[in-house]
Parts: sequence; structure tokens; C-alpha cells
Amino acid sequence: MLMWLRGCRRMAEAHQTTVSSALEKIGKGCIELLEELGYYLALTVESLFWIVAGRAHRQPVKLSAAVQQMVEIGLAGLPIIFVLSFAIGVMLAIQGIHTLKQFGAETQVVLGIALSVTREFGPLITGILVAGRSGSALAARIGTMTVNQEVDALRVMGINPVRYLVSPVLVAMMLMLPLVTLFSDFAALFGGAVFCNLELGLSFAAYWDQSTAFITTDDVLQGLSKSVVFGIIIALVGVTNGFMVSGGAEGVGKSTTRAVVLSISYIVLADMAFTYFLNR
Amino acid sequence: MSAPAAIEVSRLVTHYGSRLILDNIDFRAGYGEIMVIMGGSGSGKSTLLRHLLGLHRPSSGSIRLLGKDITTASPAEMHDLRRNMGVSFQGGALLSSMTVAENVMLPLREHTALDEQTMQIIARMKLEVVNLGGFGDLKPSQLSGGMIKRAALARAIAMDPKLLFFDEPSAGLDPVVAAELDELILKLRDTMKMTIVVVTHELDSAFKIADRITVLDNGRILLMGSVEEVRNSSIERVQNLLNRRPREEEIDADDYLRRLTEG
Repeated sequence: MLMWLRGCRRMAEAHQTTVSSALEKIGKGCIELLEELGYYLALTVESLFWIVAGRAHRQPVKLSAAVQQMVEIGLAGLPIIFVLSFAIGVMLAIQGIHTLKQFGAETQVVLGIALSVTREFGPLITGILVAGRSGSALAARIGTMTVNQEVDALRVMGINPVRYLVSPVLVAMMLMLPLVTLFSDFAALFGGAVFCNLELGLSFAAYWDQSTAFITTDDVLQGLSKSVVFGIIIALVGVTNGFMVSGGAEGVGKSTTRAVVLSISYIVLADMAFTYFLNR
Repeated sequence: MSAPAAIEVSRLVTHYGSRLILDNIDFRAGYGEIMVIMGGSGSGKSTLLRHLLGLHRPSSGSIRLLGKDITTASPAEMHDLRRNMGVSFQGGALLSSMTVAENVMLPLREHTALDEQTMQIIARMKLEVVNLGGFGDLKPSQLSGGMIKRAALARAIAMDPKLLFFDEPSAGLDPVVAAELDELILKLRDTMKMTIVVVTHELDSAFKIADRITVLDNGRILLMGSVEEVRNSSIERVQNLLNRRPREEEIDADDYLRRLTEG
């Protein structure tokens, strides 16, 4: 009886702590977020360290691994990038013509497409697509390796997993995303050109001349510099979620989803911040 | 006991979060010795192995491998030490993107400057040692459980290490294959003079290969001794383990209620 009473009292105490436990959850969440951001930073620094100083420490980053990643990230994704970027170009043309018609300035649509594609949509659509294609593949691959103890096996063989798995991906992403973005820029401009040609009778040559007259190196560079950041985000989020996998195959699935959702979210948020600061 | 030990663990304490996993472990294995670490699930034997491999940092205590304390070793010293360590993981942990031969060649590629052809020959030799000659071009996913373990062993001995660690060599294998693997472990020790640490809960295999056995229970060392000493031990928990008797734990009523009510 005495024990039963004691048990009841403990349960009552547990109820009183619901409020403080909610606060505790928020606090824990914040700490976890900070921890993860710190982890990203540490991972970036470490993989850059191996790229620069790996050779001196007898742990060189293999060029072949980076090239293989670049093919995977860049070349394999080109068809889908082309289709989506083309569609974005067409949509921008449709919306632009619809809006500008009210001012009787349809031909100005070329300016709108040229700037919004190079400064915004090219990098963004590329980032989102690569996050979906390669970010998920990355998280799944590294997650499976973690679950199968392959990452441990690398460590006990004296092969630093960051150097072996992360550095090549980071290099590949930082180099490939701008290139793919450039490709996406052209595809979207081409989409705009096709629609303008059909709707306004604007010739391809005239469209191209107008576009190149409007677009400055600055516009293109702004888009490309953003895409480098997106590449870093995709690599880090994918790899981190892969390393943090626990709980077998189900855990791999969860981490993969998390990696895609998180990297796309971070890309959009980073895009906003970048665009704000670059246009001050 | 004063002879230099290949592996010397003293006063090792480790935590997982705030939970105590290993409590004051003292452990040593001499050169050329096969030391078997035994214990039930959750006894801390896997954790002990992971610490011996330098995969975790202990809360306190020291772990000396080949005379070098890995808890204070610099990354460069650790890297050198790893050339002398081979590990065969429970699930094999072969890199699934590579063929079996490439897996065996991986340590050579990373640690030596040998030319491609020499590495291939060494890889084939190691695969012959574990009776996997001719399987080098297969991917790990094409191998059976026993073959994966043998391939993992081939990779572990690729660098002719002085220390060989083996996690659950016979788990999940049929008795014949498990026995073959035991023979292989004995052969390796006899021909290559390796110091071998085997973590297992299979009694037959433990008694067959062990020079000495360490029995872990609840993060503490229950007993360390020869096969005979373990067999004849009067400690109840050891006998439970040997005779597959279920544990009879007294339940503390107060403690039980607290566990139920505290979220």
C-alpha cells in the first residue's frame, strides 16, 4: 500500500512537469540545431583541410573519386535539367508577356527572362534538382555504409572517412553546380526564345542579341556564386545525414528524406539571404 | 605477467551518454596469443572491441596497443599503428561499390606505394589463404555469408598486421563454415604469429581457439583465465553463460516502481 501511494505521488509530480518539459523540448531542439550547424562547419573545414593538405599527411584526396562524383552529379542529370529549365523559361515568357501586355510592352519580356533566369531561376532550379537527385543518393550511400560498418572499416584501415568520402563530393559539387547552372541558364533562355518566337514572332537571333545586351557579367556571376553555395549545402547536408544514420534500413530511408527536405529548405533560405545581400 | 603485452588496457571506463558501459576494465593479451572476449548481449564486449580499435574515446583509462597508448596518440602515430591492425567486422563491412579483390587491395593502396600488379598478386595470395581463390572479381553482394566473412578476413590480413581483431566470426554461419573459420584463425596465429582478439558469444568456437578467455558481464570483467579455468569456474554467472541457464534476477520493488513512473 505504501509503495502504491509512493507511485501515485510520483505520477502527480510527473504531471506538474509537463510545462517545463515542453520548454525543455524547445531548448533541446535549439541545441540540436546549433550542434548540427557546428557539425556542418567542422565538416567543411576538415574536408577542405584534406583537399589542401591531404598529400602532406599521406592521405591524398583521389582525383578519380572526385571525377566520378562530377560525372554522377553533372552529366547524368543534364537531360532532366534541360527539360525543367526549358519549361521555366517558357513559363517566365508566358507570365512576362501576360503582365507586360497591360503596359503594351511585351517585347520587354526578353529583359525580364534574361535577368531572372541568370540571377535567380537557373541556380535555384539546378540546386533543387541536384539536391533531389544527388543529395538523396549521397545520403543513402553514406547511410548504408554507416549501417554496414563500412565507415568503421575505413577508419580502422587508417582511411579517414571525411577525406575518402566527403572531400571528393565537396569538390565535385563546388565545381559542377556552377557548370550545370550555366547549362540551365542557356536552356531556360532557349525556352523563353522558343515561346517568344511563337507568340511575338521574335527571331532567335534578335532574342539572343537582346539578351546578351542586357545580361552583364555581374548577373551571371551572381547566379554562379550562389550555385557554389548551393553545392556546398547539398554535399554537407547529404553527407551529414548519411553519417548520422542509426537504425538499419529504415534509418537510411528516413535520413535520405531528411537530407532532401533539409537541403532544399536551406537552399531556398540561403538564396533569399544571398539575394538580399548581393543586391544592397 | 611482466613480459611486454601486445594489448594492455588499464582502468578503462566508458559511458554512452550518461550510462556507464564499461567499468574499470583491466585487460592484457600477450604477443601471439588468442584472446577471446565472451559475454552475453549488452555485456559491453562490442563496446570494448570498438575502444580497442580506437573508434571511440574512453571516459578514462588507457589502451596500449603494441606499446602505444591510443588514447593519447597523435593522428600520425595512430595512422602508423593502423598499418599493424587488421579488423574483420561482424557483417564483413566490405565496401559494396568495389569487387572483393579491390577491397583486399584497399589497405595496400592506402598504406603502400606498391605497383598495381604486385598489389593484385598480394590480394590473390590473401584470397587463397582464406580459400576464396578465383572469387576476386565478384562484388560483395554476390557472396554468401561465410564467404563475406572470409573476404573480410583476407582484407584484414592484407597488410600482414601484428594485431588481428575479429567480431563474432561464427555468428550467422552454419556449423561447418564456422568450424572452418576457427581453423583459419588458429592457422593464422601459428603461421603469422599474430596476436588475435576474438569477440564472440559462441561457446564451442571460443573453447576451441582461445588461449585465454575474458568473460564480461554488465561492463565488468567477471573472469579472465585459460579455457580450463573458465570451464571450472565456480562463479554463478559464468556457469549460467556456459550452461545456457536463464538469469534469475531479484526485482527490487521500489526500483521497479520508479522505472515505471519516471518518464
